[in-house]
Amino acid sequence: MRRVVVTGLGVVTPIGNDVRTYWQNLLAGKNGVGYITRFDASNFSVKIAAEVRDFDPPSIISPKQLRRMDLFNIFAVQAAKEAIEDAQLNMEPENPYRVGVSISSGIGGLELWEKQHMRLLESPTKVSPFFIPMMIVNVASGDVAIRWGMKGPNYSVVSACASSAHAIGEAFELIKRGDADVMIAGGAEAPVTPLSIAGFANMKALSTRNDEPEKASRPFDKDRDGFVVGEGAGILVLEELDHARRRGAKIYAEIRGYAATADAYHVTAPDPTAESQSYAIKRVLDKAGVKPDEIDYINAHGTSTPLNDKIETIAVKKALGDHAYKVAITSTKSMIGHLLGAAGAVELIATILSVKEDKVHPTINLEEPDPECDLDYVPDGARDMEIRYAISNSFGFGGHNAVILVSKHEE
Amino acid sequence: MTRDEIKQKVVDIIIEKLGVDPSAVTEGAHFIKDLGADSLDTVELLMGVEETFNVEIPDEEAGKLETVGKVIDYLAQKLS
Repeated sequence: MRRVVVTGLGVVTPIGNDVRTYWQNLLAGKNGVGYITRFDASNFSVKIAAEVRDFDPPSIISPKQLRRMDLFNIFAVQAAKEAIEDAQLNMEPENPYRVGVSISSGIGGLELWEKQHMRLLESPTKVSPFFIPMMIVNVASGDVAIRWGMKGPNYSVVSACASSAHAIGEAFELIKRGDADVMIAGGAEAPVTPLSIAGFANMKALSTRNDEPEKASRPFDKDRDGFVVGEGAGILVLEELDHARRRGAKIYAEIRGYAATADAYHVTAPDPTAESQSYAIKRVLDKAGVKPDEIDYINAHGTSTPLNDKIETIAVKKALGDHAYKVAITSTKSMIGHLLGAAGAVELIATILSVKEDKVHPTINLEEPDPECDLDYVPDGARDMEIRYAISNSFGFGGHNAVILVSKHEE
Repeated sequence: MTRDEIKQKVVDIIIEKLGVDPSAVTEGAHFIKDLGADSLDTVELLMGVEETFNVEIPDEEAGKLETVGKVIDYLAQKLS
């Protein structure tokens, strides 16, 4: 059986534009939410977001290319560059057809879409010839392949806020079934744009805690009132174990399983019975041959919306039984907001580092737990603890559920 | 507008859109062969020209404007 390990990590996030900074800030409980600076949000009901700060596009993107890339694609290239360098993956000796790319996004080039639509209203002849190739969700996956000469399987799986979890899960399966030896997998999103913030705000999905941005993302807290839009990218290098060994690559962790289900209930609201979410967790345990009481850590989807956190809690209880009360559960979104299509990837990266270092980051802003959220969400700072197996949950509008299970790598 | 004034504006657009070194933008330079443009680049370039000079370049004319000099000549004639 082919085994899949993680050999490289890369991120761009609201609390760090490299993996080391991101991880240190997660452990320190640093808040990444503030006032929107990308556009004038003064007449918006939501004026806050978790924006990426102090970001310089990598020099491998030429000035000419830079003008022809949406921000989400720029984030993706930076995170891919960090992950590929971290893995010390040199394409020269590789068979390019054995290295693929699976980078997704929930929405794609939304900012560009908005700007080009303004041009369309002036005249159809003013729409950029680059509009379509810059905007499509899969352009980041294609761009990374072009830059590094990777000719293996390449496409983008789209499932809203679960996009990058599915993208990584499917990349894992591609390697397992023998279609590739290495996959560059993850997601990127740049949704801090007027149309996106207005759309999510009018759904009443977002926190309106405009007077206290640093307290707005508060998963599992009784006063949570919605999620905070975040932006960035997370990219992993997944690699077949023997291939990684032959190159002498360092190994962060092993991906042990991936399961996906659908609620088949409602486009935006999760099924209140949590049946399909819990089934996905049970299924990933089955596929990995791991017992419920061997799970020590869950990186929750934990969005800070009233419905998600309550129903995710039910799903964990249904899947793990009494053991649910002994598992450490944390929400990365409490610090970086919701990176939508990139969320699953940056959160899986946090999960992998937790497993590798036997440490979990806290859930910040959890001041008074919702009585219906009665599990251990690690509210009081980072925790040192032994982790045998961990899972990362991702759920998306449309009712898409994806769960990935990781463990330490043991020979 | 004199031919020199047209030339200066065209050269500026080319430098901006194609990100090329100013010294490469000679009148004989071919957009694709010499300046590294692809087909979409040339479309965008001519859109920039249309916007700057407030002209419309019909597709059958656009196809012939393959070099810097040809664009300048076309505009000089059109704007005279």
